[in-house]
Amino acid sequence: MRWLSALLAGAVVGCAAQPATQDTSSKAAALPVALAAPYPSTYKPQPSAPTLIRGATVLTGTGQRLDDADVLIAEGRIRSVGRNLEAPADARIVEGKGRWVTPGLIDVHSHLGVYPSPQVRAHSDGNEATDPVTANVWAEHSVWPQDPGFTTARMGGITSMQILPGSANLIGGRSVVLKNVHATTYQGMKFPGAPQGLKMACGENPKRVYGSKEKFPSTRMGNVAGYRAQWVEAQEYMRDLAEYQRKADAGEKDAKPVKRDLRLDTLAGALKGEILVHQHCYRADEMAIVLDMADEFGYHVSAFHHATEAYKIANLLAEHKTCGAMWADWWGFKMESYDGIQENIALVDAAPGGCAIVHSDSEEGIQRLNQEAAKAMTSGRRAGLDIAPEHAIAWVTANAARALGILEQTGTLEPGKMADVVVWNHDPFSVYALTDLVFVDGVVQYDRSKRGSPESDFLLGQPAAPGVTP
Amino acid sequence: MIRLLTALAAFLLGGPTLAETVLIRNATVHTMADTGTLEGADILVRDGTIEAIGRALAAPAQARIIDAQERPVTPGFFGGLTHLGLEEIGLEPTAEDAALKLGTMRPEFDVALAFNPDSVAIGVSRVEGVTFAVIVPTAEAGSSKAPGGTIIAGQGSVVALNGGAATDSRALFLDFGADANELSGGSRAAQYMLLKQAFLEARTPKAVLPDDQRLLTPAGRQTLLDFIGGAGPFVFDVDRAADIRQVLAFARREKLRIALSGGAEAWRVASELAAARVPVILDGLEDLPLGLDSIGATLENAARLERAGVDVAFTMDSPEPHNVRKLRQTAGVAVAHGLPWDAALAGLTRVPAEIFGVADRFGTIERGHRANLVVWSGDPLEVTSFATHVFVDGVQQADRSRQTELRDRYLERVRAGTAR
Repeated sequence: MRWLSALLAGAVVGCAAQPATQDTSSKAAALPVALAAPYPSTYKPQPSAPTLIRGATVLTGTGQRLDDADVLIAEGRIRSVGRNLEAPADARIVEGKGRWVTPGLIDVHSHLGVYPSPQVRAHSDGNEATDPVTANVWAEHSVWPQDPGFTTARMGGITSMQILPGSANLIGGRSVVLKNVHATTYQGMKFPGAPQGLKMACGENPKRVYGSKEKFPSTRMGNVAGYRAQWVEAQEYMRDLAEYQRKADAGEKDAKPVKRDLRLDTLAGALKGEILVHQHCYRADEMAIVLDMADEFGYHVSAFHHATEAYKIANLLAEHKTCGAMWADWWGFKMESYDGIQENIALVDAAPGGCAIVHSDSEEGIQRLNQEAAKAMTSGRRAGLDIAPEHAIAWVTANAARALGILEQTGTLEPGKMADVVVWNHDPFSVYALTDLVFVDGVVQYDRSKRGSPESDFLLGQPAAPGVTP
Repeated sequence: MIRLLTALAAFLLGGPTLAETVLIRNATVHTMADTGTLEGADILVRDGTIEAIGRALAAPAQARIIDAQERPVTPGFFGGLTHLGLEEIGLEPTAEDAALKLGTMRPEFDVALAFNPDSVAIGVSRVEGVTFAVIVPTAEAGSSKAPGGTIIAGQGSVVALNGGAATDSRALFLDFGADANELSGGSRAAQYMLLKQAFLEARTPKAVLPDDQRLLTPAGRQTLLDFIGGAGPFVFDVDRAADIRQVLAFARREKLRIALSGGAEAWRVASELAAARVPVILDGLEDLPLGLDSIGATLENAARLERAGVDVAFTMDSPEPHNVRKLRQTAGVAVAHGLPWDAALAGLTRVPAEIFGVADRFGTIERGHRANLVVWSGDPLEVTSFATHVFVDGVQQADRSRQTELRDRYLERVRAGTAR
């Protein structure tokens, strides 16, 4: 019966996105308090010795597969990838024979921490379902760092993830991008420098949640009117701010400061491209409407999430440089997902310029994004598309990083990037593959050969906890 | 010729083809029966039945030959405990028939009567190698405005995924533990209290008189009595170790044949389950304390149970019918976490067929049995493998579904650059 609450959480709550703003650009100064990065990240990787992974099969995330190759990690960064690399004297050597190495996996759609386990009522913190527009809320202020799901996700190779508000609302709030490291506070997990996201939602969820309360919106046309009214307000807010700034700069006496508005701060950040827009949307026709709306107000949709009909408009999405973040095989759990097909991801990928991402929206799915990618790859091949693992791995690494605005820092094994690296016991495109080692910024954050006490305080000291084999 | 064309048309449009004589050559046959795994074996299917299994069988004159090229053949897979054919689309009341919300205990509620063999989800699951499943009722809590269900969700039954009606095989489904607290007045202790009274009413109808204090209707009493008498298993959905012990004690007292579903903490009670010969139908992916009854959830649940001698079958935790095809992946994950491969395959074939009393038709490949089997492109538990030939009762099923139709329509558009 747990499935019921999970289903409702997933269906009613859906998705959202709001990474933490670490904006240091001066253009933010136009805003009253500026997006000056409050609630800053306190995450600092521990110093680590260099590591040389030797003789593995390496999928770089850039489309390359290197056999019998080495990966050298130093000072928390990828130093080099290639054959017969020289190990520094103090390097830890990881024997890679028979093993596979990939970039750390990235999930662009997670509610870990905001809908944590155990899914008790007191933990339901993912949807501020009291108003259809809550652009003022930040998902990070709901994140419970003791969610045991962070640990199990890391065991599945997840090194970064976007935590989103739910999809009950037209505009659900800001998302946060986290590094998958254990910390007592969420600030200790916050991905340094990652932009925040804005979570928006199409379709059934907002109109059901509010329509059932006899409130606006109760229809899809109501949904669209609801978003547009917000963008209009945000534009006026930005004009007022600019006008104030102009007068203040000119020393005009009637320069009157604009009252700060948390909701409009967020929306203005999205219109300026500082906050990346992630929209939960299933149907092809609705996604096309949202793309037109983005043109109307001059912003960019970073990714459509769930997007079970993305395959019907794969070329349109590619032309707009908008990614599709999708499941390998979910469908039918509500009317707007009835046309989901297993080839969705492969077809979005097949459009020239297409950007396909495998996402989870699930504390279970996030543990096996590699298998989800494998299923999507297999479905594509059955349909006659030529997809190799070295290409498909980008669906859970580089493309996800791109949609989150962190591709310059992570998502591939290119030299200079954060050493977010997974060592698999064999081909990760297999149901039998397990992670042996998970590095975040060069630090081993999971080692399958070691069993310790539970990481989550919640599981500590629980007589029923499963750590020890009876 | 007309017959051939009709058959061809039926095949292309997704309907089943006519029973024909088929010889599957050179397969790795996982019989899941005493004969074990046979390499390089042939299977002869005639009149819907497996007529012979062995090496280099002679091909009858009319036989269609399928060369398996040493690839695996297994019994058709189990789809778990599911709302397949009961719930076409989630969140739509007119498309859901699995939950009775009369607020009264009605073991006579039988979801087989609602089964829709034309559900799109059936074809979608069948092309992935699923040939049988158990359709189940669900108990949902009521509210101040509307009644809900009770701890006895009702009866479910085995269905074949071939467009036919539900079979006569029945099981009774009960919800226990924290998830059912709202169905039992707020305490799991009352679940035993209510069930005990229901049993008393069924066994001694004259002993319980005042109508307003009865739990069961006459039909309900008869249904319960039938199950007490062995009409089918009682399936208890329960997770916490302490609750499992209580259920085992209840079953022992009442001399019931039971199975557990869920069973997140079943590994902690493994030796008792083995001693009582109670099988567990579990979700191989459960490893988080999703509820407080599942603190002990682990991916090693299946492996630990099997090691203790408990029969394990697989289901998804959610009966939501659209992810039935994912069940074999969960079995593969259990293998990665210590379950022997053969036991995982048994959990998708023989074990569920035995639990639900259909082992003469499903779950094994044996001479004289109906031919319910699948040819796979590779390891059937592997996420990169898929079903290439699916037989239900000796009839090869079409490799089309509504989803392949959608795929083919839009694949062309993506290729042409016109998907917009």
